[in-house]
Amino acid sequence: MPPTTTTTATAATTPPTPAIEGSQRPGLAERATLLGAWRARRNPDLSSHLAHHGPPPLPRPGETSWRERFAATLEASGLTGRGGASFPSSTKLRLVASGRGSTTLVVNAMEGEPASAKDKVLLSCVPHLVLDGAELAACALGATRIVVCVADDQRDTFDRVVRAVVERTGTALTPVPIEVRCPPRRYVAGEESALVSWLNGGPGAPGWRPDKSRPLTIRRSAALVHNTETLAHMALIARYGPTSFRSAGGADAPGTALVTVSGAVEHPGVYEIAMGTALRAVIERTRPIDEVAAVLTGGFGGSWVSGAVLATPYAPRPLAAVGGVVGPGVLVVLTRRSCGVAETARLARYMAGESAGQCGPCVFGLPALADDLGRLALGSAGPGALERLEMRVAAADGRGACRHPDGVARMVRSALSVFSVDVAAHSARRPCPFGNEPSVFPAMGVLRTGTP
Amino acid sequence: MTSVIKVDPIACDAYGYCAELLPELVTLDEWGYPVVDGGPVPPHLVELARRAAKECPCRALLLERGADR
Repeated sequence: MPPTTTTTATAATTPPTPAIEGSQRPGLAERATLLGAWRARRNPDLSSHLAHHGPPPLPRPGETSWRERFAATLEASGLTGRGGASFPSSTKLRLVASGRGSTTLVVNAMEGEPASAKDKVLLSCVPHLVLDGAELAACALGATRIVVCVADDQRDTFDRVVRAVVERTGTALTPVPIEVRCPPRRYVAGEESALVSWLNGGPGAPGWRPDKSRPLTIRRSAALVHNTETLAHMALIARYGPTSFRSAGGADAPGTALVTVSGAVEHPGVYEIAMGTALRAVIERTRPIDEVAAVLTGGFGGSWVSGAVLATPYAPRPLAAVGGVVGPGVLVVLTRRSCGVAETARLARYMAGESAGQCGPCVFGLPALADDLGRLALGSAGPGALERLEMRVAAADGRGACRHPDGVARMVRSALSVFSVDVAAHSARRPCPFGNEPSVFPAMGVLRTGTP
Repeated sequence: MTSVIKVDPIACDAYGYCAELLPELVTLDEWGYPVVDGGPVPPHLVELARRAAKECPCRALLLERGADR
C-alpha cells in the first residue's frame, strides 16, 4: 500500500494523512473545488488559504442588500445539505433566518459515522474554507455566535480547528465569534437534536421531536446545525458563484461531493468527485482488490447495493432508484471474498451498541436483530429465524425518537435483499466459508451471536 | 377535526396500559412497547383514546387534536 493512503475511518489516534484526490474531470474548475487549495499548496494555514481563494465576500458594514444577495446566490446554486438528509440549504437557512432573537450557528463536525472521514479531512486540510462558510452562513442568519463541534476522540482535528480560529480572530474574517467544543464521540452524538442537547448542558442524546419544523434552541434562542462540507461549499459558492458550483454534477444534483471510500480497496480515502459520477468510476479509482460484490452506501445506517448496479450515478435520486443512499457520503466496498451477511451482522452489533439507550424498540430491538443476524451468518439459525428477523426489522423501523433504529432497519433490509442468495444458504444451515474472515470494517472484531 | 395518537418513545416504559385500554389502536411489540399506526383515531374511539392517554403512568401516550389536513 502506498504511504499516502493511510486514512481509514477509524484511524482516530493517528494524525490524518488522508488520501485525497480531486476530480480530474475536464471542465471542472480545479481552483473552485473543496480540496483544490490543499492539492495545490499542501498547507492548511490562513495565508495559504487566502493566497489560493482570496478573502470570502463577507458583508461590509452597512451593506444591507448582502443577506438578500447571499440567499439568492445560495438558492441558485441548488446546494443540498451534505450531512445525510440532502435538504436544500437555502430553504434551511430561510427557515431559521425568519426567526427572531440571537441565533447560534452550529458547525457539525462530529462525524459519528465510523466509515466517514470527510469532516476530519476538511478541517485538517482546508479548515479556513469551512470557517469562511460558517461566517457567511452566520452573517446570512444574523447569528451572534458560531460553535464548531468536533468529537472528543479527534484531538488532532480539534487542535487544528483551534489553531485556525486563533489565526483569524481579530481579523475582518471573523465578524461572528467562533467557539470550538468537543462533545463525547458516539454514533448519535452528531444527530442535530443530540448536539444541541449537549450544547445546552444536557446528556447529548437525541430528543423526540414530533414537529421537526420547530427550530432547535440553545438557551431559548434558535440554533441552526450545518455539516462541515455544506459550509465549505457555501464558501466556494459565495466566492465563485452558482454557475461555477453547477459546472460539476447535474441539474438535479449539482456540485462536487466528498466521498469516503473504504473496504476491500487498495486506496481507501476521501475523494472529491463530481455529483453524478458513476459508482464504478468512483470505486475503480480506489482499486478494489477483487470483483466488487456489493457496496454499502450512506454508511452504517445506509443501504447495501449490489455490485451489478455500479453504472448508477452517485447522486441522491439515481442511487435511491437502486436502493442506495448518499447519506453522509460513504461507500464501503465488499468483494466476493467477504460474506455480506456476516458483515451486516457485525454492523448491526456495532449499531446496537451505539444506541443512546432511550427508546425501548432500539434498546431491545437492535441487539435482538444483531443476534439473529449473527446466528444466520454462522449457519446456526433455527427454522423460522428469517421470518422472525424480518419481523424484528419492521419492529425497529420508525420507532425511536431519532432515526438510529430506522437506519439499522434500512441497512439490514437491504442486506436481506442484496445478499438473498447467501441468506438462503445460511438459513439452510450452511455457514459461510468467509463468515469469520477479517471484516472489511476496521476494528469490528470477530463475529459472535451475543449472549442468548 | 381529526385526532391522532402518538407515543413518546423516550418517555415510554412499556407499562402496556394503552394496549389494555385501547386494543383497537395499540398493539405491543415482543418487548411490550406500543405500536401505533399514526392514522386518524375513529370518532367512536376518541374518548377511549383520551382515557388511555390519561392513564399512561409515563404520560408517553399522546392524543393530539389537529385540524383536518
